[in-house]
Amino acid sequence: MKLQVELLEKENVHCFKVKGEIDAFTAPLLKERLASIQNLNDLQVELDLSEVEYIDSTGLGVFVGFFKKLKDNNGYMKITGASNRIKRLFEITGLDQIIDVEAMEGGNRDAAI
Amino acid sequence: MQPYDYIEIRLPAKAQYIGVARLTISGLASRLGFSYDEIEDLKIAASEAVTNAVQHAYDDKESGEVVVGCALFKDKIEIMVADHGESFDYEEVKKDIGPYNDQEEVAFLREGGLGLYLMETLMDEVKIHHKEGVTVFLTKYVGGKRVGQDAETVSS
Repeated sequence: MKLQVELLEKENVHCFKVKGEIDAFTAPLLKERLASIQNLNDLQVELDLSEVEYIDSTGLGVFVGFFKKLKDNNGYMKITGASNRIKRLFEITGLDQIIDVEAMEGGNRDAAI
Repeated sequence: MQPYDYIEIRLPAKAQYIGVARLTISGLASRLGFSYDEIEDLKIAASEAVTNAVQHAYDDKESGEVVVGCALFKDKIEIMVADHGESFDYEEVKKDIGPYNDQEEVAFLREGGLGLYLMETLMDEVKIHHKEGVTVFLTKYVGGKRVGQDAETVSS
């Protein structure tokens, strides 16, 4: 089980491309990579989850923690590339009410929900 | 009681084995004919239970084992996750399991934040047994829960 987190900067947006499975084992790595940005002031962050194969509450907890930190610093965070599964997880936990979640472009690989 | 197959795995209480439990349960669930979505739900719910157990066992003594027991029925899977390294006497443990309305038990699980909430939402039944450690008991029916079918599993 592996998790990769790449940081790509496009214009003024910090885009983290997350690949793999996010659970209690890999979540610390994700948290560490997100925390690597020093200056959070007015920071615009995009988390691309299009290649995330699994996520549970530990991953959601990392996103919420980072979201709060950004918000305290006038920053903004959005999730992109969410599969129907991931989108549903944000919906049933109510997190879609506070975090912007964009679905995967060009239809979902698991659209049969 | 309906006939069932029982599979038990014991894992070190370390986070790197949570994924192993998840994949095992995914494999067992696919044998029962659960849909893709149901299997994904099971993977999350079971991981939440195993994550709780790993963290709890670790807090206690920094080493230990987590036991995951799966009973496969024709139309449902029952998963038991214990944070203490004893094998289950499956029938015995099941007799003692009740709803999780005890304040103390819930307080313990709520520490994990969304974990218990997800288990409740993604499974048909969630019960917790608190004696010599914590055992979480999860049930999911193939194709969703049917009314009247769970009478024998609710002991309280």
